[in-house]
Amino acid sequence: MDEQDLRLTVNGAGYAVRCDPATPLLDVLRHDLGLAGPRFGCGQGLCGACFVLIDGRARSSCDLPAGAAQGHAVTTVEGLAGRDGAPHPVQRAFLDEQAAQCGYCTSGMIISAVALLAADPSPGEEQVRAALEQNLCRCGAHQRIIAAVLAAARRMACGDPPGRDGRARQDRQAAP
Amino acid sequence: MTGPAGGPAASGHPAGPALPPTLAANPRLSAWVDLSAAGAVTVSTGKVEYGQGIWTALAQVAAEELEVGLDRVTVAPVRTDRSPDEGITSGSRSVEESGAALRQACAQARMALLAAAARRLGADPASLRVADGRIVGPGGPTGLTYWTLVAADPAVLDRDAGPPVPASDPRRWSVAGRSAPRRDLPAKVTGRPAFLHDLALPGMRHGRVVRPPAVNARLAGLPDAAALARAGLPPGTAVVRDGSFLGVVAEAERDAVRAAGVVRRAASWLAGPEPGLGALPPLPDCDDLAAFLRSAPAEESTVARRADQAAASRAVRTVAAEFTRPYLAHASMAPSCAIARWDGEQVTVWSHSQGPFALRGAIAAALGIAPGQVTVCHAEGAGAYGHNGADDAAFDAVLLARAAGGRPVRVLWSREDELGWAPLGPAMLARIEAGLSPEGRIVTWRQDVWSNGFIGRPGSGGHPRLLAAAHVAGGEPAPPAPDGPPTGAMGSTRNAVPGYDIPDLLVRRHRLLAMPLRTSSLRSLGAFLNVFAIESVIDELAAAAGADPVAFRLAHLSDPRAARVLREAARLAGWDARPRADGTGWGVGYARYKGLAGYCAAVAEVEAHSSVRVRRLWVAADVGKVISPDGVANQLEGGAIQSASWALKERVRFSRSAVTSVTWDDYPILRFSEVPRVQVAIMESEEPEAGAGEVAQGPVAAAIGNALADAVGVRVRDLPLTREQVARAIERG
Ligand code: FES
Ligand code: FES
Repeated sequence: MDEQDLRLTVNGAGYAVRCDPATPLLDVLRHDLGLAGPRFGCGQGLCGACFVLIDGRARSSCDLPAGAAQGHAVTTVEGLAGRDGAPHPVQRAFLDEQAAQCGYCTSGMIISAVALLAADPSPGEEQVRAALEQNLCRCGAHQRIIAAVLAAARRMACGDPPGRDGRARQDRQAAP
Repeated sequence: MTGPAGGPAASGHPAGPALPPTLAANPRLSAWVDLSAAGAVTVSTGKVEYGQGIWTALAQVAAEELEVGLDRVTVAPVRTDRSPDEGITSGSRSVEESGAALRQACAQARMALLAAAARRLGADPASLRVADGRIVGPGGPTGLTYWTLVAADPAVLDRDAGPPVPASDPRRWSVAGRSAPRRDLPAKVTGRPAFLHDLALPGMRHGRVVRPPAVNARLAGLPDAAALARAGLPPGTAVVRDGSFLGVVAEAERDAVRAAGVVRRAASWLAGPEPGLGALPPLPDCDDLAAFLRSAPAEESTVARRADQAAASRAVRTVAAEFTRPYLAHASMAPSCAIARWDGEQVTVWSHSQGPFALRGAIAAALGIAPGQVTVCHAEGAGAYGHNGADDAAFDAVLLARAAGGRPVRVLWSREDELGWAPLGPAMLARIEAGLSPEGRIVTWRQDVWSNGFIGRPGSGGHPRLLAAAHVAGGEPAPPAPDGPPTGAMGSTRNAVPGYDIPDLLVRRHRLLAMPLRTSSLRSLGAFLNVFAIESVIDELAAAAGADPVAFRLAHLSDPRAARVLREAARLAGWDARPRADGTGWGVGYARYKGLAGYCAAVAEVEAHSSVRVRRLWVAADVGKVISPDGVANQLEGGAIQSASWALKERVRFSRSAVTSVTWDDYPILRFSEVPRVQVAIMESEEPEAGAGEVAQGPVAAAIGNALADAVGVRVRDLPLTREQVARAIERG
């Protein structure tokens, strides 16, 4: 083991962390920085639960050595909120569409969606599916997640009106 | 059934309706409802949240009965030292059981509080009503609230539930019966700590278990501490060894992971169990499960028998076929996690178990201590679909924490251990023989089901059934899992009795008495294969009778609720006008879950060119009265997609000594590019709540199987329905 002082930029803030640079970034984010948003699902880059943005691109943090993240901007789901602390339109759309069951895959899904919408502000369903292909969901919330990403794109296109926090589903699934 | 206070009907008094069973067993109202914090309502139940949204639904029930705003209600996490024991959270019975108990407890609490208010005001209780927790009289607000009443008399709810009182009328529901946004989601979309996996207790250390390289390997040797240190064991790591149970405890999680790697490389194992211990046979041939299922020793029992020789003798056409499913993994997105802390002789365990009370008993039994020495606190894990590794991880943490001097130890399984060591849904074989009369009626049905038992939860059959209990010194592998009473509602024979009008019928169960791989409950138990098999045969019979598959089913379903879901699914899908195109097919599937719960019908559109792809699914369900329509829709959509994943892709693979499908590459599940569009319809119903979590599993798999047969012209009877299986079926003709 060879510990070094790493300098990381996470959610816009600079951090100095002393650890073996081979430590997975996910471990540093969760334990040294106390960020719970990136979740551990496999540790092998195969499920998407730990996804973060590295310079705006979504990728796994469980198989990325923390040392390799130096010099890059790391964003976790905690860092997506606007300056006023309001959730990102994608986060609000996930609430609006109630786009989760257990929610363990959710932060990774949101990260992939944010990266997609930054690159392609008006994707179709096929583009959304392609962008989320590396993110697994065992509960089968896929359809709602696709709907949430499409809704977020629409919302961002028209200047991001305030969220409705789940009431979209409520109206649609009115009591019989 | 008689009320707990009333005599039997024969005594001359009409027997009132009984209290809901879990309330009768835990009658103290204060165990369910706590109003001690001003303005807040905390309700306790024995059912646990695992992503199915039950806490939101139960909060709705409490808000409705107590007449308070939903925002005031919090559901307390289950703790075995405080919460009412409501058994396991499974079988889609949560809202039915816990909702009924909570509804009645809240209705009685409301009555007790109104009575207390009436006494203070010198008023008639019938003249008082509640508005968001405030007591209102004929002249307006009385100045009293639930909370002032409880502050004045803190013991007002310390009383046992009396005979049942009328609960609110569903037609007047304002909170229940409408979709409420899930209350756990804001934390999950913003990345706040939400799971047991995120819980960090003061002074917590990190543990990892080093599992044997084979199911029946035993630990033969481990280098001493100095040698392990030379091999790179991080300083300060404790190595725990008990028989063949091997683990490490370290200060930081990264050290525990590294230490586990060092120990894994250094340990030597011997194949085969210790002589004299219960020997595990080599694993069966993973590519010929049918041979194993047919030849393993089994206990036979009759599940259902209706004899009508005259009808049976009218059969002129017979369909006989065998269907199999492989072992299936839970494959939860989060590997199992647990924290344990010893305080002297007492141990406290944080677990995402589906059965905290059963886990408490199993841990106590495995350690030979009193259940009172164990407290299990539930904390949410990722989605659970049955008995996964949660309980095993809890026992791992208990064992490792013994080496931590009173500090809490957190254990997190690896992905490989989760896929390789958690209990599995058993492989199954169903053999069906059915006969058709000259008029095209089904007149006789024989069904035989071979499977390991599904009831392998902790404590089942009097055995702790915790993984590490088999590895510690003197431990033995758990005996083959029980399967519950042989009925069409339980275990491997769940839904093995077709719900169609068939005069002559015999269904038998063959529960295996050898359990090479540990099996237990997985969502919908045997219903997944049984409905797939039954509905496949029904389609073949319909074809033999020259009938449309939907019409043929309707002609054999006298239950109007069954006919209603089937018609609705067909209508949604546009069944009668379905387009015909090369390589695409349409299929339908129907079942009433357990033969006595919710009704579900599904239609699938499948494309089978280079691979098998489900394009669309339509699902109609009647699950009785609904507390949260969107919650039910979410369960139906998710159930349908998971069932499609099982049906199309999933299969646990193993060598003769160990499970080998231990990464997401070897155990693929359905991905976004493969997920069908799902449209659901929830039928309006005044019938009791029936649970939505498992109803879709069987009908969706059946619809997919029938659609595939429609598309390719041959029937694939062995799950999963992969391209290779299609090719094999075509070869066989
Ligand atoms: S935990 Fe990183 S991809 Fe699975
Ligand atoms: S919501 Fe549970 S894994 Fe996606």
